[in-house]
Amino acid sequence: MTVQLILFFILAIVAVLTAVGMLVSKNAVYAALYLILNFAAVAVFYLLLNAPFLAVAQVTVYAGAIMVLFLFVIMLLGAEKLGQSQVQAWQRPLAIGLGLILAAEMVYILVSGAGGLVVASQGTTINPDFGSPANVGMELFTKYLLPFEVTSVLLLVAIVGAIVMTRVEKK
Amino acid sequence: MEPALIWEYLIKSAFILLFLTGGFAYLTLFERKVLARLQTRVGPNRAGPMGLLQPVADGIKLIFKEELIPDKANKLLFILAPVITVIPALIIPAVIPWGRVMTIFGRQVPLYLADINVGMLYITAVSSIAVYGIVLAGWSSNNKYALMGGLRSSAQMISYELALGLSFVGPILLAGSMGLVDIVEAQGAAGFLGWIKWNLFQPLGFIIFLIASIAEINRSPFDMPEAEQELTAGYHVEYSGMKFALFFMAEYIKMIVVSMIGATVFLGGYLGPFVDKWPWLGPVYLMVKTVVLLFLLVWVRATLPRFRYDRLMAFGWKVLLPLALLNVFIAAVLTVIFGG
Repeated sequence: MTVQLILFFILAIVAVLTAVGMLVSKNAVYAALYLILNFAAVAVFYLLLNAPFLAVAQVTVYAGAIMVLFLFVIMLLGAEKLGQSQVQAWQRPLAIGLGLILAAEMVYILVSGAGGLVVASQGTTINPDFGSPANVGMELFTKYLLPFEVTSVLLLVAIVGAIVMTRVEKK
Repeated sequence: MEPALIWEYLIKSAFILLFLTGGFAYLTLFERKVLARLQTRVGPNRAGPMGLLQPVADGIKLIFKEELIPDKANKLLFILAPVITVIPALIIPAVIPWGRVMTIFGRQVPLYLADINVGMLYITAVSSIAVYGIVLAGWSSNNKYALMGGLRSSAQMISYELALGLSFVGPILLAGSMGLVDIVEAQGAAGFLGWIKWNLFQPLGFIIFLIASIAEINRSPFDMPEAEQELTAGYHVEYSGMKFALFFMAEYIKMIVVSMIGATVFLGGYLGPFVDKWPWLGPVYLMVKTVVLLFLLVWVRATLPRFRYDRLMAFGWKVLLPLALLNVFIAAVLTVIFGG
Protein backbone atom coordinates (compact mmCIF):
# COMPACT_ATOMS: atom_id res chain seq x y z
CA MET A 1 0.00 0.00 0.00
CA THR A 2 2.72 2.47 0.95
CA VAL A 3 4.62 1.81 -2.28
CA GLN A 4 1.43 2.55 -4.20
CA LEU A 5 0.93 5.74 -2.21
CA ILE A 6 4.48 6.95 -2.93
CA LEU A 7 4.04 6.14 -6.63
CA PHE A 8 0.74 7.96 -6.64
CA PHE A 9 2.23 11.16 -5.24
CA ILE A 10 5.21 11.10 -7.61
CA LEU A 11 2.84 10.62 -10.54
CA ALA A 12 0.49 13.29 -9.28
CA ILE A 13 3.35 15.78 -9.10
CA VAL A 14 4.45 14.84 -12.62
CA ALA A 15 0.91 15.17 -13.95
CA VAL A 16 0.31 18.59 -12.36
CA LEU A 17 3.73 19.95 -13.34
CA THR A 18 3.37 18.86 -16.96
CA ALA A 19 -0.13 20.34 -17.14
CA VAL A 20 1.17 23.67 -15.83
CA GLY A 21 4.16 23.44 -18.18
CA MET A 22 1.83 22.96 -21.12
CA LEU A 23 -0.13 26.08 -20.18
CA VAL A 24 2.81 28.41 -19.60
CA SER A 25 5.29 27.33 -22.31
CA LYS A 26 5.64 29.88 -25.10
CA ASN A 27 6.71 27.35 -27.71
CA ALA A 28 3.86 25.26 -29.14
CA VAL A 29 6.12 22.22 -29.68
CA TYR A 30 7.09 22.23 -25.98
CA ALA A 31 3.44 22.62 -25.02
CA ALA A 32 2.58 19.54 -27.10
CA LEU A 33 5.44 17.57 -25.55
CA TYR A 34 4.28 18.49 -22.03
CA LEU A 35 0.81 17.27 -22.94
CA ILE A 36 2.27 13.94 -24.12
CA LEU A 37 4.06 13.52 -20.78
CA ASN A 38 0.81 14.34 -19.03
CA PHE A 39 -1.04 11.64 -20.99
CA ALA A 40 1.72 9.17 -20.16
CA ALA A 41 1.41 9.98 -16.44
CA VAL A 42 -2.35 9.42 -16.64
CA ALA A 43 -1.70 6.07 -18.35
CA VAL A 44 0.48 5.00 -15.43
CA PHE A 45 -2.35 6.05 -13.08
CA TYR A 46 -4.60 3.58 -14.89
CA LEU A 47 -1.96 0.87 -14.43
CA LEU A 48 -1.88 1.61 -10.68
CA LEU A 49 -5.67 1.26 -10.65
CA ASN A 50 -5.43 -2.26 -12.12
CA ALA A 51 -6.71 -1.24 -15.56
CA PRO A 52 -3.97 -2.27 -18.04
CA PHE A 53 -6.30 -2.16 -21.05
CA LEU A 54 -7.23 1.47 -20.41
CA ALA A 55 -3.57 2.34 -19.83
CA VAL A 56 -2.31 1.03 -23.17
CA ALA A 57 -5.36 2.40 -24.97
CA GLN A 58 -4.58 5.81 -23.48
CA VAL A 59 -0.99 5.63 -24.73
CA THR A 60 -1.96 4.37 -28.20
CA VAL A 61 -4.78 6.79 -28.85
CA TYR A 62 -3.84 9.99 -27.05
CA ALA A 63 -0.07 9.96 -26.59
CA GLY A 64 0.53 8.02 -29.80
CA ALA A 65 -1.97 9.01 -32.48
CA ILE A 66 -3.62 12.30 -31.55
CA MET A 67 -0.53 14.12 -30.31
CA VAL A 68 1.48 13.05 -33.38
CA LEU A 69 -1.18 14.79 -35.47
CA PHE A 70 -0.92 17.87 -33.24
CA LEU A 71 2.85 18.00 -33.68
CA PHE A 72 2.46 17.37 -37.41
CA VAL A 73 0.15 20.35 -37.82
CA ILE A 74 2.33 22.61 -35.65
CA MET A 75 5.40 21.79 -37.73
CA LEU A 76 3.60 21.91 -41.06
CA LEU A 77 2.30 25.41 -40.39
CA GLY A 78 5.51 26.57 -38.72
CA ALA A 79 3.39 27.79 -35.81
CA GLU A 80 5.91 27.07 -33.06
CA LYS A 81 6.13 30.62 -31.74
CA LEU A 82 2.91 31.69 -30.12
CA GLY A 83 2.23 35.36 -30.75
CA GLN A 84 0.76 37.72 -28.20
CA SER A 85 -2.82 36.58 -27.93
CA GLN A 86 -5.50 39.22 -27.79
CA VAL A 87 -6.96 38.88 -24.33
CA GLN A 88 -10.20 40.76 -23.82
CA ALA A 89 -10.37 42.68 -20.56
CA TRP A 90 -13.44 40.79 -19.32
CA GLN A 91 -12.08 37.30 -20.14
CA ARG A 92 -9.68 36.82 -17.24
CA PRO A 93 -12.04 37.63 -14.31
CA LEU A 94 -14.76 35.51 -15.94
CA ALA A 95 -12.36 32.56 -16.29
CA ILE A 96 -11.26 32.84 -12.66
CA GLY A 97 -14.87 33.00 -11.47
CA LEU A 98 -15.96 29.97 -13.53
CA GLY A 99 -12.90 28.01 -12.43
CA LEU A 100 -13.66 28.71 -8.76
CA ILE A 101 -17.27 27.57 -9.23
CA LEU A 102 -16.07 24.32 -10.84
CA ALA A 103 -13.60 23.69 -8.02
CA ALA A 104 -16.30 24.35 -5.40
CA GLU A 105 -18.64 21.91 -7.14
CA MET A 106 -15.95 19.22 -7.20
CA VAL A 107 -15.21 19.64 -3.49
CA TYR A 108 -18.94 19.55 -2.69
CA ILE A 109 -19.49 16.32 -4.64
CA LEU A 110 -16.43 14.66 -3.10
CA VAL A 111 -17.42 15.61 0.43
CA SER A 112 -21.15 14.95 0.22
CA GLY A 113 -20.98 11.89 -2.02
CA ALA A 114 -23.70 13.32 -4.23
CA GLY A 115 -24.12 12.32 -7.86
CA GLY A 116 -23.81 8.60 -7.22
CA LEU A 117 -20.13 8.82 -6.37
CA VAL A 118 -19.40 6.06 -3.88
CA VAL A 119 -16.18 6.22 -1.96
CA ALA A 120 -14.86 2.69 -1.54
CA SER A 121 -14.97 1.93 2.16
CA GLN A 122 -12.52 -0.29 3.98
CA GLY A 123 -13.02 -3.95 3.24
CA THR A 124 -14.78 -3.51 -0.09
CA THR A 125 -13.23 -5.94 -2.52
CA ILE A 126 -13.09 -5.28 -6.22
CA ASN A 127 -12.44 -8.13 -8.61
CA PRO A 128 -8.76 -7.57 -9.54
CA ASP A 129 -9.53 -8.82 -13.05
CA PHE A 130 -12.11 -6.11 -13.77
CA GLY A 131 -9.77 -4.18 -16.11
CA SER A 132 -8.85 -7.07 -18.41
CA PRO A 133 -9.68 -6.67 -22.12
CA ALA A 134 -12.34 -9.40 -21.98
CA ASN A 135 -14.17 -7.79 -19.05
CA VAL A 136 -13.97 -4.27 -20.50
CA GLY A 137 -15.34 -5.55 -23.82
CA MET A 138 -18.16 -7.44 -22.10
CA GLU A 139 -19.23 -4.36 -20.14
CA LEU A 140 -19.05 -2.13 -23.23
CA PHE A 141 -21.17 -4.42 -25.38
CA THR A 142 -23.80 -5.32 -22.80
CA LYS A 143 -24.30 -2.75 -20.05
CA TYR A 144 -23.07 0.32 -21.95
CA LEU A 145 -24.09 -0.70 -25.47
CA LEU A 146 -26.16 2.40 -26.29
CA PRO A 147 -23.58 5.04 -25.21
CA PHE A 148 -20.89 3.02 -26.97
CA GLU A 149 -22.80 2.91 -30.26
CA VAL A 150 -23.76 6.59 -30.02
CA THR A 151 -20.08 7.43 -29.58
CA SER A 152 -19.16 5.40 -32.64
CA VAL A 153 -21.81 7.19 -34.72
CA LEU A 154 -20.43 10.52 -33.46
CA LEU A 155 -16.94 9.53 -34.59
CA LEU A 156 -18.28 8.42 -37.97
CA VAL A 157 -19.96 11.80 -38.42
CA ALA A 158 -16.66 13.50 -37.62
CA ILE A 159 -14.82 11.36 -40.19
CA VAL A 160 -17.39 12.08 -42.89
CA GLY A 161 -17.24 15.77 -42.00
CA ALA A 162 -13.45 15.84 -42.29
CA ILE A 163 -13.57 14.18 -45.73
CA VAL A 164 -16.24 16.59 -46.97
CA MET A 165 -14.22 19.58 -45.72
CA THR A 166 -11.05 18.49 -47.55
CA ARG A 167 -12.77 17.81 -50.88
CA VAL A 168 -11.82 20.17 -53.65
CA GLU A 169 -14.91 21.59 -55.32
CA LYS A 170 -14.87 20.96 -59.05
CA LYS A 171 -16.38 23.74 -61.12
CA MET B 1 8.66 -10.22 -4.16
CA GLU B 2 11.34 -12.74 -3.38
CA PRO B 3 14.93 -11.70 -4.22
CA ALA B 4 15.46 -14.62 -6.61
CA LEU B 5 12.54 -13.41 -8.73
CA ILE B 6 14.02 -9.92 -8.97
CA TRP B 7 17.34 -11.44 -10.06
CA GLU B 8 15.49 -13.52 -12.64
CA TYR B 9 13.85 -10.40 -14.10
CA LEU B 10 17.13 -8.49 -14.10
CA ILE B 11 19.02 -11.28 -15.86
CA LYS B 12 16.28 -11.70 -18.46
CA SER B 13 16.12 -7.95 -19.15
CA ALA B 14 19.90 -7.72 -19.46
CA PHE B 15 19.87 -10.71 -21.79
CA ILE B 16 17.21 -9.15 -24.04
CA LEU B 17 19.06 -5.82 -24.20
CA LEU B 18 22.40 -7.48 -24.94
CA PHE B 19 20.80 -9.74 -27.52
CA LEU B 20 19.24 -6.76 -29.31
CA THR B 21 22.37 -4.59 -29.32
CA GLY B 22 24.61 -7.51 -30.31
CA GLY B 23 22.05 -8.53 -32.88
CA PHE B 24 22.09 -4.98 -34.26
CA ALA B 25 25.87 -5.09 -34.73
CA TYR B 26 25.82 -8.37 -36.60
CA LEU B 27 22.64 -7.57 -38.53
CA THR B 28 24.54 -4.73 -40.23
CA LEU B 29 27.18 -7.26 -41.31
CA PHE B 30 24.48 -9.77 -42.33
CA GLU B 31 22.74 -7.13 -44.44
CA ARG B 32 25.94 -6.01 -46.15
CA LYS B 33 26.96 -9.60 -46.87
CA VAL B 34 23.54 -10.59 -48.24
CA LEU B 35 23.24 -7.40 -50.30
CA ALA B 36 26.70 -8.06 -51.70
CA ARG B 37 25.82 -11.62 -52.66
CA LEU B 38 22.55 -10.47 -54.27
CA GLN B 39 24.53 -7.94 -56.33
CA THR B 40 27.31 -10.49 -57.11
CA ARG B 41 29.86 -8.68 -54.98
CA VAL B 42 31.99 -10.05 -52.15
CA GLY B 43 31.05 -7.68 -49.35
CA PRO B 44 33.13 -6.76 -46.28
CA ASN B 45 35.85 -9.40 -45.84
CA ARG B 46 38.92 -7.56 -44.55
CA ALA B 47 38.31 -7.08 -40.81
CA GLY B 48 38.78 -10.48 -39.18
CA PRO B 49 37.92 -13.87 -40.71
CA MET B 50 35.09 -13.45 -43.28
CA GLY B 51 34.70 -9.84 -42.11
CA LEU B 52 33.38 -10.92 -38.72
CA LEU B 53 35.11 -8.02 -36.93
CA GLN B 54 33.59 -5.42 -39.28
CA PRO B 55 30.85 -4.31 -36.79
CA VAL B 56 33.54 -3.71 -34.14
CA ALA B 57 35.52 -1.58 -36.58
CA ASP B 58 32.37 0.37 -37.51
CA GLY B 59 31.56 0.95 -33.85
CA ILE B 60 35.05 2.26 -33.07
CA LYS B 61 34.89 4.58 -36.06
CA LEU B 62 31.52 6.02 -35.00
CA ILE B 63 32.62 6.56 -31.39
CA PHE B 64 35.64 8.63 -32.48
CA LYS B 65 33.75 10.77 -34.99
CA GLU B 66 33.22 14.41 -34.15
CA GLU B 67 29.80 15.25 -32.73
CA LEU B 68 28.29 18.33 -34.32
CA ILE B 69 25.27 20.24 -33.06
CA PRO B 70 24.06 22.91 -35.49
CA ASP B 71 24.18 26.45 -34.15
CA LYS B 72 20.49 27.13 -34.76
CA ALA B 73 19.28 23.73 -33.57
CA ASN B 74 17.11 23.24 -30.52
CA LYS B 75 19.83 21.67 -28.33
CA LEU B 76 17.69 19.79 -25.81
CA LEU B 77 15.38 18.14 -28.35
CA PHE B 78 18.27 17.57 -30.76
CA ILE B 79 20.01 15.44 -28.12
CA LEU B 80 16.82 13.78 -26.86
CA ALA B 81 15.48 12.74 -30.28
CA PRO B 82 17.86 9.78 -30.92
CA VAL B 83 17.20 8.51 -27.39
CA ILE B 84 13.42 8.68 -27.91
CA THR B 85 13.87 6.72 -31.14
CA VAL B 86 15.93 3.89 -29.62
CA ILE B 87 14.10 3.23 -26.35
CA PRO B 88 10.72 2.05 -27.78
CA ALA B 89 12.58 -0.39 -30.05
CA LEU B 90 14.40 -1.79 -27.01
CA ILE B 91 11.38 -2.24 -24.73
CA ILE B 92 8.94 -3.89 -27.16
CA PRO B 93 10.59 -7.36 -26.94
CA ALA B 94 9.72 -7.53 -23.21
CA VAL B 95 6.40 -9.18 -24.12
CA ILE B 96 7.72 -11.58 -26.78
CA PRO B 97 7.91 -15.15 -25.44
CA TRP B 98 11.05 -17.16 -26.17
CA GLY B 99 9.78 -20.54 -25.05
CA ARG B 100 7.89 -22.46 -22.42
CA VAL B 101 8.88 -23.02 -18.81
CA MET B 102 12.39 -24.42 -18.46
CA THR B 103 14.21 -25.84 -15.45
CA ILE B 104 17.54 -24.07 -14.92
CA PHE B 105 19.58 -25.08 -11.81
CA GLY B 106 16.49 -26.67 -10.28
CA ARG B 107 14.41 -23.53 -10.73
CA GLN B 108 11.30 -23.25 -12.92
CA VAL B 109 12.02 -20.35 -15.25
CA PRO B 110 9.46 -19.22 -17.84
CA LEU B 111 11.30 -18.09 -20.95
CA TYR B 112 9.60 -14.72 -21.23
CA LEU B 113 9.96 -11.47 -19.34
CA ALA B 114 6.30 -10.52 -19.12
CA ASP B 115 3.15 -12.31 -20.22
CA ILE B 116 0.61 -9.51 -19.89
CA ASN B 117 -3.01 -9.83 -20.98
CA VAL B 118 -2.71 -6.77 -23.25
CA GLY B 119 0.51 -7.87 -24.99
CA MET B 120 -0.54 -7.01 -28.55
CA LEU B 121 -1.87 -3.60 -27.51
CA TYR B 122 1.38 -2.95 -25.65
CA ILE B 123 3.25 -3.48 -28.91
CA THR B 124 1.08 -1.00 -30.81
CA ALA B 125 1.23 1.52 -27.94
CA VAL B 126 5.01 1.50 -27.70
CA SER B 127 5.53 1.55 -31.46
CA SER B 128 3.22 4.56 -31.75
CA ILE B 129 5.57 6.43 -29.38
CA ALA B 130 8.54 5.72 -31.67
CA VAL B 131 7.29 8.28 -34.21
CA TYR B 132 8.19 11.15 -31.89
CA GLY B 133 11.93 10.55 -32.11
CA ILE B 134 11.95 10.98 -35.87
CA VAL B 135 9.53 13.93 -35.88
CA LEU B 136 11.49 15.78 -33.19
CA ALA B 137 14.82 15.03 -34.89
CA GLY B 138 13.47 16.60 -38.06
CA TRP B 139 12.11 19.67 -36.30
CA SER B 140 14.94 20.35 -33.85
CA SER B 141 17.66 20.22 -36.54
CA ASN B 142 16.28 23.47 -37.99
CA ASN B 143 17.01 22.26 -41.50
CA LYS B 144 14.45 22.18 -44.29
CA TYR B 145 15.42 18.73 -45.54
CA ALA B 146 15.29 17.33 -42.03
CA LEU B 147 11.89 18.93 -41.44
CA MET B 148 10.55 17.49 -44.70
CA GLY B 149 11.82 14.05 -43.68
CA GLY B 150 10.22 14.37 -40.27
CA LEU B 151 6.86 15.43 -41.72
CA ARG B 152 6.92 12.63 -44.28
CA SER B 153 7.76 10.04 -41.68
CA SER B 154 4.99 11.11 -39.31
CA ALA B 155 2.38 11.00 -42.09
CA GLN B 156 3.67 7.65 -43.33
CA MET B 157 3.92 6.01 -39.92
CA ILE B 158 0.44 7.12 -38.86
CA SER B 159 -1.04 5.81 -42.12
CA TYR B 160 0.60 2.40 -41.95
CA GLU B 161 0.02 2.03 -38.22
CA LEU B 162 -3.67 1.50 -39.01
CA ALA B 163 -3.07 -1.44 -41.32
CA LEU B 164 -0.47 -2.82 -38.91
CA GLY B 165 -2.86 -2.68 -35.97
CA LEU B 166 -5.68 -4.26 -38.01
CA SER B 167 -3.41 -7.10 -39.17
CA PHE B 168 -2.97 -8.02 -35.47
CA VAL B 169 -6.75 -8.35 -35.02
CA GLY B 170 -6.88 -11.62 -37.00
CA PRO B 171 -4.55 -13.60 -34.69
CA ILE B 172 -6.14 -11.97 -31.62
CA LEU B 173 -9.60 -13.11 -32.72
CA LEU B 174 -8.46 -16.62 -33.63
CA ALA B 175 -6.58 -17.05 -30.36
CA GLY B 176 -9.22 -15.27 -28.27
CA SER B 177 -6.55 -13.44 -26.31
CA MET B 178 -4.17 -10.49 -26.53
CA GLY B 179 -1.41 -12.25 -24.61
CA LEU B 180 1.42 -13.37 -26.87
CA VAL B 181 1.93 -16.69 -25.09
CA ASP B 182 -1.76 -17.51 -25.65
CA ILE B 183 -1.47 -16.59 -29.34
CA VAL B 184 1.56 -18.85 -29.83
CA GLU B 185 -0.05 -21.75 -27.97
CA ALA B 186 -3.28 -21.33 -29.98
CA GLN B 187 -1.29 -21.80 -33.18
CA GLY B 188 0.08 -25.10 -31.88
CA ALA B 189 -2.91 -26.54 -30.05
CA ALA B 190 -5.23 -26.52 -33.05
CA GLY B 191 -6.81 -29.58 -34.64
CA PHE B 192 -7.77 -29.83 -38.30
CA LEU B 193 -10.26 -26.95 -38.09
CA GLY B 194 -7.67 -24.81 -36.38
CA TRP B 195 -5.18 -25.67 -39.08
CA ILE B 196 -7.63 -24.36 -41.71
CA LYS B 197 -8.30 -21.21 -39.70
CA TRP B 198 -4.63 -20.33 -39.23
CA ASN B 199 -3.15 -21.46 -42.54
CA LEU B 200 -5.79 -20.76 -45.15
CA PHE B 201 -6.66 -17.19 -44.28
CA GLN B 202 -3.98 -15.71 -42.08
CA PRO B 203 -1.41 -15.53 -44.91
CA LEU B 204 -3.31 -12.41 -46.01
CA GLY B 205 -2.86 -10.96 -42.52
CA PHE B 206 0.81 -11.91 -42.59
CA ILE B 207 1.43 -10.15 -45.91
CA ILE B 208 -0.38 -7.03 -44.68
CA PHE B 209 1.68 -7.17 -41.49
CA LEU B 210 4.91 -7.51 -43.45
CA ILE B 211 4.22 -4.59 -45.81
CA ALA B 212 2.92 -2.31 -43.07
CA SER B 213 5.82 -3.08 -40.78
CA ILE B 214 8.38 -2.37 -43.49
CA ALA B 215 6.75 1.04 -43.86
CA GLU B 216 6.60 1.45 -40.10
CA ILE B 217 10.35 0.96 -39.68
CA ASN B 218 11.12 3.16 -42.71
CA ARG B 219 12.90 0.46 -44.65
CA SER B 220 13.32 0.40 -48.40
CA PRO B 221 11.10 0.51 -50.54
CA PHE B 222 9.26 2.77 -48.08
CA ASP B 223 12.30 4.76 -46.88
CA MET B 224 10.81 8.09 -47.96
CA PRO B 225 11.83 9.93 -44.74
CA GLU B 226 15.49 9.51 -45.68
CA ALA B 227 15.28 9.47 -49.48
CA GLU B 228 18.85 10.40 -50.42
CA GLN B 229 18.11 11.79 -53.86
CA GLU B 230 15.41 14.20 -52.70
CA LEU B 231 16.16 14.98 -49.06
CA THR B 232 19.91 14.20 -48.81
CA ALA B 233 19.32 12.06 -45.70
CA GLY B 234 15.98 13.20 -44.34
CA TYR B 235 15.48 13.60 -40.63
CA HIS B 236 19.03 12.64 -39.57
CA VAL B 237 20.89 14.84 -42.06
CA GLU B 238 22.37 17.00 -39.26
CA TYR B 239 23.38 14.13 -37.01
CA SER B 240 26.90 12.75 -36.72
CA GLY B 241 28.96 10.44 -34.55
CA MET B 242 27.19 8.44 -31.85
CA LYS B 243 23.91 10.33 -32.23
CA PHE B 244 23.74 9.20 -35.84
CA ALA B 245 24.71 5.71 -34.69
CA LEU B 246 21.70 5.70 -32.36
CA PHE B 247 19.32 6.31 -35.29
CA PHE B 248 21.12 3.61 -37.21
CA MET B 249 20.82 1.29 -34.22
CA ALA B 250 17.11 2.06 -33.83
CA GLU B 251 16.44 1.12 -37.45
CA TYR B 252 18.20 -2.23 -37.20
CA ILE B 253 16.79 -3.10 -33.78
CA LYS B 254 13.34 -2.33 -35.17
CA MET B 255 14.07 -4.79 -37.99
CA ILE B 256 14.88 -7.50 -35.44
CA VAL B 257 11.84 -6.66 -33.32
CA VAL B 258 9.45 -6.66 -36.27
CA SER B 259 10.80 -10.02 -37.42
CA MET B 260 10.39 -11.45 -33.92
CA ILE B 261 6.80 -10.17 -33.73
CA GLY B 262 6.00 -11.60 -37.16
CA ALA B 263 7.54 -14.95 -36.22
CA THR B 264 5.62 -15.01 -32.93
CA VAL B 265 2.22 -13.88 -34.13
CA PHE B 266 2.01 -15.52 -37.55
CA LEU B 267 4.67 -18.25 -37.77
CA GLY B 268 4.18 -20.09 -34.50
CA GLY B 269 6.90 -18.39 -32.47
CA TYR B 270 8.85 -20.85 -30.36
CA LEU B 271 6.77 -23.85 -31.47
CA GLY B 272 8.29 -26.58 -33.59
CA PRO B 273 8.96 -30.32 -33.61
CA PHE B 274 10.11 -31.81 -30.26
CA VAL B 275 9.71 -28.54 -28.37
CA ASP B 276 7.59 -30.44 -25.79
CA LYS B 277 10.49 -32.75 -24.97
CA TRP B 278 13.34 -30.24 -25.02
CA PRO B 279 12.15 -26.75 -24.07
CA TRP B 280 15.53 -25.23 -25.01
CA LEU B 281 14.56 -25.76 -28.66
CA GLY B 282 11.97 -22.95 -28.30
CA PRO B 283 14.46 -20.05 -28.51
CA VAL B 284 16.26 -21.87 -31.34
CA TYR B 285 13.07 -22.11 -33.41
CA LEU B 286 12.24 -18.47 -32.70
CA MET B 287 15.74 -17.45 -33.83
CA VAL B 288 15.55 -19.46 -37.04
CA LYS B 289 12.18 -17.92 -37.95
CA THR B 290 13.45 -14.44 -37.09
CA VAL B 291 16.54 -14.83 -39.27
CA VAL B 292 14.39 -16.04 -42.19
CA LEU B 293 12.23 -12.91 -41.89
CA LEU B 294 15.33 -10.70 -41.60
CA PHE B 295 16.66 -12.23 -44.80
CA LEU B 296 13.31 -11.41 -46.41
CA LEU B 297 13.64 -7.76 -45.35
CA VAL B 298 17.13 -7.50 -46.85
CA TRP B 299 15.97 -9.27 -50.00
CA VAL B 300 13.11 -6.79 -50.44
CA ARG B 301 15.57 -3.91 -50.05
CA ALA B 302 17.85 -5.35 -52.70
CA THR B 303 14.98 -5.96 -55.14
CA LEU B 304 12.49 -3.09 -55.08
CA PRO B 305 13.01 0.58 -55.98
CA ARG B 306 11.66 3.33 -53.75
CA PHE B 307 7.98 4.30 -53.97
CA ARG B 308 6.89 7.77 -55.02
CA TYR B 309 5.44 9.57 -52.03
CA ASP B 310 1.87 10.02 -53.30
CA ARG B 311 1.81 6.37 -54.44
CA LEU B 312 2.94 5.35 -50.99
CA MET B 313 0.08 7.18 -49.28
CA ALA B 314 -2.48 5.99 -51.85
CA PHE B 315 -1.30 2.40 -51.44
CA GLY B 316 -1.54 2.60 -47.67
CA TRP B 317 -5.02 4.10 -47.54
CA LYS B 318 -6.72 2.69 -50.65
CA VAL B 319 -5.25 -0.81 -50.88
CA LEU B 320 -3.70 -1.92 -47.61
CA LEU B 321 -6.35 -0.56 -45.23
CA PRO B 322 -9.37 -2.11 -47.06
CA LEU B 323 -7.49 -5.41 -47.33
CA ALA B 324 -6.75 -5.31 -43.61
CA LEU B 325 -10.44 -4.65 -42.88
CA LEU B 326 -11.36 -7.60 -45.13
CA ASN B 327 -8.93 -9.77 -43.18
CA VAL B 328 -10.56 -8.73 -39.90
CA PHE B 329 -13.96 -9.60 -41.39
CA ILE B 330 -12.76 -13.05 -42.50
CA ALA B 331 -11.22 -13.75 -39.11
CA ALA B 332 -14.43 -12.68 -37.35
CA VAL B 333 -16.60 -14.91 -39.57
CA LEU B 334 -14.26 -17.85 -39.01
CA THR B 335 -14.38 -17.31 -35.27
CA VAL B 336 -18.18 -17.31 -35.34
CA ILE B 337 -18.40 -20.43 -37.52
CA PHE B 338 -15.73 -22.59 -35.92
CA GLY B 339 -15.85 -21.13 -32.43
CA GLY B 340 -13.10 -19.05 -30.84
